[in-house]
Amino acid sequence: MSTGRPLLIPSPRTPNTPQTPSIPTYADLAKRSSGDLKPVSTMESNIAIDNTSSIESNYNSSSRRSISSHQSRMSGTNSVKEVILADLGSKRVRHGSRGTDSEFMSMSQKEINDDDARLVYINDPDRTNEKHKFTGNSIRTSKYSFITFLPRNLFEQFHRVAYIYFLVIAILNQLPQLAVFGRGASIMPLAFVLLVTAIKDACEDWRRHRADRIENNRLAWVFMNGQFQRKKWKDIRVGEIIKIQANDTLPCDMVLLSTSDPTGVAYVQTINLDGESNLKTRYAKQETLSKVPEKEKISGLIKCEKPNRNIYGFQANMEVDGKRLSLGPSNIILRGCELKNTAWALGVVAYAGRETKAMLNNAGAPSKRSSLETRMNLEIIILSLFLFALCTVVSFLAAVWLKRHKDELNIIPFYRKKDYSEPTPDHDDYKYYGWGLEIFFTFLMAVIVFQIMIPISLYISMELVRVGQSYFMIQDTNMYDEATNSSFQCRALNINEDLGQIKYVFSDKTGTLTENKMVFQCASIWGVDYGGGKASSQNDGVGNPVEVDRKILRPKMAVKVHPQLLELAKSGKDSPEGKHVHDFFLALASCNTLVPFLVDTSDPFVKLIDYQGESPDEQALAYAAAAYGFTLIERTSGHIVIDIQGERQRFDVLGLHEFDSDRKRMSVILGFPDKTVKVFVKGADSSMFSVIDRSLEKNVIHATEQHLHAYSSVGLRTLVVGMRELSSSEFEQWHSAFEAASAALMGRAALLRKVASNVENHLCILGASAIEDKLQQGVPEAIESLRMAAIKVWVLTGDKQETAMSIGYSSKLLTSQMTQIIINSSSKQSCKKSLEDGILMSSRLTTQSSFTNNTVGSSGAAVTSLALIIDGTSLVYVLDSELEEQLFKLASKCAVVLCCRVAPLQKAGIVALVKKRTSDLTLAIGDGANDVSMIQMADVGVGITGQEGRQAVMASDFSMGQFRFLVPLLLVHGHWNYQRMAYMILYNFYRNAVFVFVLFWYVLFTCFTLTTAVTEWSSMLYSVIYTSFPTIFVGVLDKDLSRRTLLKFPQLYGAGQRQESYSSKLFWLIMMDTIWQSVAIFFIPLFAYWRSTIDISGLGDLWTIASVVVVNLHLAMDVIRWTWITHAAIWGSILATGICVIIIDALPFLFGYWAIFHIGKTAEFWLCLLIIVVAALVPRFVAKIIYQHFSPCDIRVAREAEKFGNFRELERMEMEMNLMAEPQRR
Amino acid sequence: MVERGETSSTGGSDGTQDPFPSAKKITKRPKYSRFTQQELPACKPILTPGWVITALILVGVIFIPIGLASLFASQRVVEIVDRYDEDCIPPSFKDRALGFIQDDNTDKTCIRKLTVPKLMKSPIYVYYQLSNFYQNHRRYVKSRSDKQLRSRKDESKTTNCEPEAFAGDKQPIVPCGLIAWSLFNDTYKFSVTNQPLAVNKRNIAWDSDREHKFGSDVYPKNFQNGRLIGGAKLNSSIPLNEQEDLIVWMRTAALPTFRKLYGRIEVDLEAGKEITVMIQNNYNTYDFGGKKHLVLSTTSWLGGKNDFLGAAYLAVGGICLFLAVAFILVYVLKPRPLGDPSYLSWNRNPLGHLN
Repeated sequence: MSTGRPLLIPSPRTPNTPQTPSIPTYADLAKRSSGDLKPVSTMESNIAIDNTSSIESNYNSSSRRSISSHQSRMSGTNSVKEVILADLGSKRVRHGSRGTDSEFMSMSQKEINDDDARLVYINDPDRTNEKHKFTGNSIRTSKYSFITFLPRNLFEQFHRVAYIYFLVIAILNQLPQLAVFGRGASIMPLAFVLLVTAIKDACEDWRRHRADRIENNRLAWVFMNGQFQRKKWKDIRVGEIIKIQANDTLPCDMVLLSTSDPTGVAYVQTINLDGESNLKTRYAKQETLSKVPEKEKISGLIKCEKPNRNIYGFQANMEVDGKRLSLGPSNIILRGCELKNTAWALGVVAYAGRETKAMLNNAGAPSKRSSLETRMNLEIIILSLFLFALCTVVSFLAAVWLKRHKDELNIIPFYRKKDYSEPTPDHDDYKYYGWGLEIFFTFLMAVIVFQIMIPISLYISMELVRVGQSYFMIQDTNMYDEATNSSFQCRALNINEDLGQIKYVFSDKTGTLTENKMVFQCASIWGVDYGGGKASSQNDGVGNPVEVDRKILRPKMAVKVHPQLLELAKSGKDSPEGKHVHDFFLALASCNTLVPFLVDTSDPFVKLIDYQGESPDEQALAYAAAAYGFTLIERTSGHIVIDIQGERQRFDVLGLHEFDSDRKRMSVILGFPDKTVKVFVKGADSSMFSVIDRSLEKNVIHATEQHLHAYSSVGLRTLVVGMRELSSSEFEQWHSAFEAASAALMGRAALLRKVASNVENHLCILGASAIEDKLQQGVPEAIESLRMAAIKVWVLTGDKQETAMSIGYSSKLLTSQMTQIIINSSSKQSCKKSLEDGILMSSRLTTQSSFTNNTVGSSGAAVTSLALIIDGTSLVYVLDSELEEQLFKLASKCAVVLCCRVAPLQKAGIVALVKKRTSDLTLAIGDGANDVSMIQMADVGVGITGQEGRQAVMASDFSMGQFRFLVPLLLVHGHWNYQRMAYMILYNFYRNAVFVFVLFWYVLFTCFTLTTAVTEWSSMLYSVIYTSFPTIFVGVLDKDLSRRTLLKFPQLYGAGQRQESYSSKLFWLIMMDTIWQSVAIFFIPLFAYWRSTIDISGLGDLWTIASVVVVNLHLAMDVIRWTWITHAAIWGSILATGICVIIIDALPFLFGYWAIFHIGKTAEFWLCLLIIVVAALVPRFVAKIIYQHFSPCDIRVAREAEKFGNFRELERMEMEMNLMAEPQRR
Repeated sequence: MVERGETSSTGGSDGTQDPFPSAKKITKRPKYSRFTQQELPACKPILTPGWVITALILVGVIFIPIGLASLFASQRVVEIVDRYDEDCIPPSFKDRALGFIQDDNTDKTCIRKLTVPKLMKSPIYVYYQLSNFYQNHRRYVKSRSDKQLRSRKDESKTTNCEPEAFAGDKQPIVPCGLIAWSLFNDTYKFSVTNQPLAVNKRNIAWDSDREHKFGSDVYPKNFQNGRLIGGAKLNSSIPLNEQEDLIVWMRTAALPTFRKLYGRIEVDLEAGKEITVMIQNNYNTYDFGGKKHLVLSTTSWLGGKNDFLGAAYLAVGGICLFLAVAFILVYVLKPRPLGDPSYLSWNRNPLGHLN
């Protein structure tokens, strides 16, 4: 798995376990139906199953196992039962070469250290759990129980720094010396937040509890007291033997002992684990197969590794009957899998409960933090410094005041330090702790009073806003994919705004840019090009029907056929062309690991043949062969049946060398009815031409090479097919070598590979096939949009260079105007050199282009841009070396980067390379397991819900159905999210700071003693009720530009990339504005009421209301889109403030009773309010106008154009929009 | 990798690629509504030059008349302000003002003569004005018990009242606390041409305070019995809700320079009349450098004499008008067509987005 996605990848794997074996490929061969599928085949009897694990399994060719069990499990099918006894020599064996698998076996032979092992005594749970009690099988995904809820939930909540801050402030306030606010008021905000979060957590946990309870109380058959009895899942213990029935879900991880299948095969569906819907095969050990617990006591010891979360790895050995067997991942079935097509399976519980691999993998995706939030931290630190400064100023001034008045303090009526009430002559100091402490307390009190300088509520608002934004993203009908019925999903909730700042997009190709639906396009057979894209469309929609047992079988997928080739194929193999065509299609039909299944249709006499397999390429080829009359209708492990032009022929599959990424080819050895043995090989051109006999048919080889080049340059995936007839001596030689290799203990994979290479040589070329991997809808347009938005698109693909480049052209990633820099090096030196050359060239080109631009003017739409094409081999030398820097330098100058032949880990390496060197945000998009590492590495990971399982989706932050949705996601939602969030953060800083400054100014007029004119309730409610709702609603709902405009001008996305809406400059500007506004709010009433009879509460109410009105109108001034919700939020907030102030002042036990009514009656109050609002907002208003007039930002201009722009333009825009919205055909 | 919460058996149903989709499939297509597609009808105001200029002119046009009216109102208020704290110290005590004021035996009477500058229409409000007196000092503001003031049964609730919570024998002081203790105790007696001028001291406090904050059954107790007398004593036979001077005083002032209503003179005073005020200069502001003023003032619709608001309105209105003119000039001299695509950054600098 080191070279990424081969053309015939058996199955996608998680990239971080590159050493793990593929699921035994034997499984794929004998893949059974799942539920409603009806296999055509029966298991052949004359095969000794080459069990993966049976190292010393003696393989007895003559042992003829009954297949009755198979038949029984396939009951009710129309399976053709055909038992043909071996007649080709005595050794008629089906060999599977299981490369990597056996490599693993040799690994698992390594001794497991006793300390690291867990010992499981089979069928003896008491002894197993005696020394070391293993976890029971009850699971708990819920976090809390009834009792632990409060402490644990609180504990978890206080993991957030913000809450600690809240708490510290609240605690400080409880000290009598510091009690600025009443107890109730000071705890309220914290209590509120804690309560809301706790309720949310409790609801979630309740759901989990219910799910757990259901799960734990499911029943399973457990062997107890000599028979199988029903037992609840939660009571299952390690060491027990359990029996699983068909379609049951595994309650724990168990080592297979035996199955209903005489060969010990069990089929499982792992969809709950890795999302792959195809069936996988697991094996019981030969030694345990025949044991029946009811009859004989099974005992043994399994020594296995400690629980870990690697679902593709398992190491253990088992001692049964004195023999020591090694166990691998193919011997264990994991919790959550479902048993399919196997009547029953017996196993020993190895891991239970939370130690199962499924549960260990249950952790959610690692949380990412948005870059805006990270950036915001700097400003938070600045605000803390502000806070510190304010507190220092206050305590310093207080210190000075106390010093200057220290002689008078005793009797000053408003201080009265000494207590004179006692008749004793020496008076105690009353509430005076000495000069130093007083200063210190003043400082702490200042912290309490000015606490909202640090906008804690911002974090909560941000979370709410993100939930709202996610809701709208999910609800967007433009991001719903009809084909896969998948809507957009937000899996990460805290990086919405990052979507608006992406600069690099790393995209997988297959399945992401393309549909991963392979369609056979054309073929070159024996040097003749058939088709070349001019295939006729007759027969369209209907596959070539085949009649079997008076039933018509029809391939599920129709393929366009080339009439001339069809003619040739039908003509039989008498003519030389006909023979080659015959062999070619025979190779396509046989050289694969597909299993045909029959699917019922509405017509009882017509059934569809559905080829099930892991490689879509193989499927496409098999359907193509079927279309030309070579229909694979049955596959068993020992033979295949192919319907050749209406005539059913049976071939014995003597051997099969699986695809592996080193050889990049696979081969099948067929025994023909006429007793000849032929090997058919198909594989990538690079590997095939090295094994083709060059001496034969030079012109054919040459022609094929040319055709291959032509095919791949139009973006087709090519495979070369070759064959050779084996003489009986060759066959014998191969056979013995194969047997030896299969039985080898060490390095089996290498040996098998060698055997394969020995037989796959001196091939005679048959031809080449070309498969189209169709581009997804709208990909070129999407890439064009992304490019216009100055997003650099890097395509990382496992495909070969030509294919990648042709896809690049067809997706408009590459254009003919581009200068291409191709790096294709096989050593570090040459790699370095080509990088340096590239850099030189790029700098020359950029200076050139800028020169031409200066002279030509702004008509430079067709600026020559650079494209870098680099392959995986070169990347090996580049990544993790000093060349990274150079590659980055070069790549950053290129508009397009195309990496071919890239391994999954290299993908992540490339992303990391960019991420390390720039603060620009990266996005990775992919659909397969091989993209997982890249998706996790990038700042934003997007998974495509595609053909290749759900791993990518599971690892992603966002998932969607199609690549083209990236455009609305980034350009529309990302843009909105970023603008909204950036504005919201700044606004929250501002609105809290305004209030703090108003409080601060007042402190200067109270002898620096932190009296607040604003009531404590108002100052607590300020950020909760008075001002929070408008910012949240605006943060969720405001749109600076319409979707239409954003899609029309992708360049508008640049606002986010340039960080136009949130920067240090803006922060300082808004802080200056804050100070001015607070001055206006505070000092206008101060001067107006100086030397008047105004009381504290009255003036405090004026300040409160003025602040709220100013802050809300400030927001109103910046709102772009006024919906009724916005109106309600803003005006409602002001109204709510008024109501709250009135309520607070109507409570007779509070200090400021009735103050608002007194002050509200005076004209002075209203005049003050009016002039405060105007005076506070005029500077901002003017600055805004000046800025908008003299240097309008893009968004502003676009908004004007949206409103007043010329209509012809708009109409054109609309047309384009419709095109974008309509499903487009390429 | 099973999703969180989606345990092995329950999960996995979504996203599965069912190879043979059944005819009836639950579509996940989001429901269309104008709300979910963020297409609610909306007003999108945009600041065009027209709007900007209109808004600025509007502000100017509204503010300048308000400013003028305020100034006019302020000018019509007749106000007599007399600082007496220094002048009321007899010359012999000039350097020992504190000693003078603290000595119970000195004669604190002080005669001031004030001339009415203009006709003062009744009601004429009599205020005392204190400066540098921090009624909003944290220690001071907190030193009161609202519960005690309101009802008799809470007499002993003097939690925050220290150091004026209890009299020597642990009896609660009513009203307790520093605020009450420091009650202002200068008194004024007015006469015009030897005719005493009646000062109405009723209804000088807020009705709401009298009715709800100060109880009718709460009588002063142990008040000013300590060794340090802070200010006025209260008649212990009158319930608190009728002690209006106390109620006024207890409405603590927001700012360190403040006025408190002393009473009302309910006759007009002719211009040029001389008012003789006999002041009992009892209150000690000398230890913290506070100033005392006697203020006689009429009122207008805007309250007392204060030119600030009027001036501020004029200033803001003027600035807005000026800005309006400036913007007109800007828009005329250097116009920018709205929505002109040539102002877009990528049109101004075609290479801009590549770098």
